[in-house]
Amino acid sequence: MEEQFVHFEEQLIAAGLVNPGDALMAFLDEDISWSRPSPDQEFATRLFEGLNINSLIVSKAAEPYQSIIDYLAETADGSILPQDCETRTFLHDLPVALAFLPEQVIPLLKQRKSVIVPGKGLITYGTISLEQSFVTFSSVCFAVFVKFFSDYLAAYKKGVIPADFQDVFQRVIRFLPPPPQFEGTLAQGPFTHEEQVLMAMDEAGKMTIRHRLVDSFFGNISCRLGDVLYISQTGSSLDHLAGCIDPCAMDGSSCAAMTASSELSAHMEIIRKTGHRAILHGHPRFSVILSMDCDVDACAKGDSCYLTCSYKREVSGIPIVPGEVGTGPYGLCNTVPSAIKGKDGVIVYGHGLFTTAPQDFNLAFSRLMTIENTCREAYFRRIGRSDPSLSE
Amino acid sequence: MNGWCGNILIVDLDTKRWAMDHPDPEIYRTYIGGRGLAGFYLKDHITRNYDDPAMPLLFFTGPLVNTSSPTSGRMAVMSRSPLTGTVGDSSVGGSLGTNLKKAGLDGLVIRGKSTDLCGIEISEDGVRITDARHLKGKGAGETFSLLPAKASAAVIGPAAENGVLFSSIIVDGHFAAGRNGIGLVMAAKNLKYISVKGKGRTPVHDPEKLLKAREEIYRLVSASPALSGSFGISKFGTGALYDLMDARRMMPTDNFRKTRFEHAPSMNAAAYKKAYAPKSKGCRGCHIQCKKVAKDGRGIPEFETMSHFSALLSNTDMDCVMEANRICNDMGMDTISAAATLSCYGEIQNKTLEPHEILGLLTDIGQGRDEGALLGRGSARYAKDMGKPEASISVKSQELSAYDPRGALGMALSFALSTRGACHLRAYPISHEILRKPVATDRFSFLGKARIIKISEDANAMADSLTACKFIFFAATLEEYAKVYEAVTGHGISGQDLLKIGDAVCKNERDMNRANGFTHKDDDLPERFFKEPGSSEQSLSIKPIDREAFLKARGAYYKIRGE
Ligand SMILES: [Zn+2]
Repeated sequence: MEEQFVHFEEQLIAAGLVNPGDALMAFLDEDISWSRPSPDQEFATRLFEGLNINSLIVSKAAEPYQSIIDYLAETADGSILPQDCETRTFLHDLPVALAFLPEQVIPLLKQRKSVIVPGKGLITYGTISLEQSFVTFSSVCFAVFVKFFSDYLAAYKKGVIPADFQDVFQRVIRFLPPPPQFEGTLAQGPFTHEEQVLMAMDEAGKMTIRHRLVDSFFGNISCRLGDVLYISQTGSSLDHLAGCIDPCAMDGSSCAAMTASSELSAHMEIIRKTGHRAILHGHPRFSVILSMDCDVDACAKGDSCYLTCSYKREVSGIPIVPGEVGTGPYGLCNTVPSAIKGKDGVIVYGHGLFTTAPQDFNLAFSRLMTIENTCREAYFRRIGRSDPSLSE
Repeated sequence: MNGWCGNILIVDLDTKRWAMDHPDPEIYRTYIGGRGLAGFYLKDHITRNYDDPAMPLLFFTGPLVNTSSPTSGRMAVMSRSPLTGTVGDSSVGGSLGTNLKKAGLDGLVIRGKSTDLCGIEISEDGVRITDARHLKGKGAGETFSLLPAKASAAVIGPAAENGVLFSSIIVDGHFAAGRNGIGLVMAAKNLKYISVKGKGRTPVHDPEKLLKAREEIYRLVSASPALSGSFGISKFGTGALYDLMDARRMMPTDNFRKTRFEHAPSMNAAAYKKAYAPKSKGCRGCHIQCKKVAKDGRGIPEFETMSHFSALLSNTDMDCVMEANRICNDMGMDTISAAATLSCYGEIQNKTLEPHEILGLLTDIGQGRDEGALLGRGSARYAKDMGKPEASISVKSQELSAYDPRGALGMALSFALSTRGACHLRAYPISHEILRKPVATDRFSFLGKARIIKISEDANAMADSLTACKFIFFAATLEEYAKVYEAVTGHGISGQDLLKIGDAVCKNERDMNRANGFTHKDDDLPERFFKEPGSSEQSLSIKPIDREAFLKARGAYYKIRGE
């Protein structure tokens, strides 16, 4: 178990979600194993007693997340309601506990996968493995980040920003890492062998995570070689793709790719429509935030913009389309492929960004990064200031 | 009450009378329905023989059935298993459950034994016990055609009438309460069929909340590759798993002597799709529609059937698999046990059965004639009689389904621990060990598996009690189903509290088995899996299961279960 504790702590730290030494992780099979000694062990033991679960993470979040969490928790009415796709699909809402006490936390964890305790951080659990606790931890951080910046933009546009919001925002943006930059080159196509494809995907996946263009566990990547589409498996992490890529027969003669990413149909259709060979899909934050910032006042859609939208929206020439995860009637497999042809990428409302390239991942990756950086610039323009990480 | 009807119909075939039981609402909240509530009605009788007239045969639906809850068209059939001697049950689809609810019933308890072959016809006008002597020996297909139109029905075929220990109950033509020989309990009551026709609605506490809760589940289903993806079971049926099992080197082949079937690529779901251009069907109230039916009316085999009638028997004739499936369904016998009993026979006789031999033996089993009469008692009894017990790949006398446990150690544990003999569905670890949901676990490790199996058993017991389809839990969790339950019944509950009820359902079943003399010693796998490796390839080695590690994990499970 030790290995897993080390692995997930490293993942959390690398993603900037927790500070070294802050996370307490626990795993229960016959007995509880702990990632480290901690005064919170007694609290965590009570959670294991009160819930039918096998893993836990209890941790303060790293900045800027902890400030964001504390602010949103304070101003929420018992539970935070982010509007992004990860929350809508998997988390539903983010309950807030009044105090770091088992009797406060257990009833909330019975309902949802995470609980926020202001000042203390986040508690997440799994019933299968520690990875679930990790994924939820990471999703919650993503969701609160997107909500915080979206809320600020909305408040700015309305012209009413509460003073404490303004203060927290000033503080939070100082913690933003500078926009990602990349000067090098990735493996160059055209590829002729499976090993080249797998290595190129592995490399591009790692770069996407390292530049924080997607949280580990989400996002997907594919590359075509002949009549086989190599695609990351569902629930795989783009920085750990070894053994997690499914070769998928494009003629449909085998179902062996049943474990492929939930966006396989979208990838297949994009390949058919564009003739390109490399596809990258991440969840870069400012692209997601801007996709939800709509200026159409007279729209009757209400809160169903993630399903359908009757307007042609874009940011800096990049189309924004509605669409849900997967293949349902409102699935993004119906919207992204037709919108991406002839464009550098497509942003899915509240969800993430798809980019493609004809041969290899160089262009797909640089497009992913450039579009995100453009969106970040546009965000700060919309709130009438410049990105503090650039002005220093 | 909302969700539940408050009525359990008790039919006594000794007296040809019926009565209505009205359980206290607290009983409903404690046992929910389906497998849970049926277990409550079974527990006082569990030490009886399956053919004791006083042994009840139970058909139970759950609170979500006949509402717009996702995948709520299922029900549980339960009694004591003639094959294993354990608690015996099967979850079955179709529209029988929905029709029971429409007729105002949460469950049906059948007691006694009719002097002559009879039927039970249930409608809103009441209950009729009919003379069914004219249906004696008739196949399921013909029986359905002679029953009242527009009703939903459950029937037994000749296999049950001829004493086959793995006979099934067939519902609405294409759905089987397949495992445990539950059809034989029906035959022991001299009951050929049950038909149910209802029109009523099941009241829902908060339809708007239900709509919202349903939407959240539909969203997860759409996001699930295994259910809705290009290669998922909605498109290809459960046979979609076939290629994956081959790719992971865990396809039971040649009576579990190999784990790779070299002809798999030409015998897969895509090949059936091409050859038979099937249409989709499904249970009432389900949008996944995983059942596939060929133009000529024959059902496309489910994954287990597809795999066992090809790889397990080293059979490369696809139409033979189609026919074997048809014969099993018409005769009313479990395809998994039937195929695995034939493969055990092949091993003992030291031969690979030809397609005509497979079909001929199946018919003989169903008719109870010649060697078929011996094989109809299942592989464990047959192999023991032949002095080669090791050739029966079974747990508690029930044959293993189409997942080789050497390729997924959680599956190994759950085959051994299941309360109804070897069963992949009690905990379905394939979900995380192979399908990566909700997250992937290491299939070659026992790490954490004891508790995972325990929690999954509880969750699936709850799915069988609500009654929802276990496949939907590839996508949703009890967290989402708790919202559905709350909207339907008006009782607020959390996913975690549903799990707790699932725990009680499992405990009740383990208690019942203990009452029949089952001990931890029976929670074991055939020796073969600990001694012989599977079919490895260069980068993938399928080793024998480490017995010590298995026993350690099993011990941890008992501790976690509180035994
Ligand atoms: Zn995505």
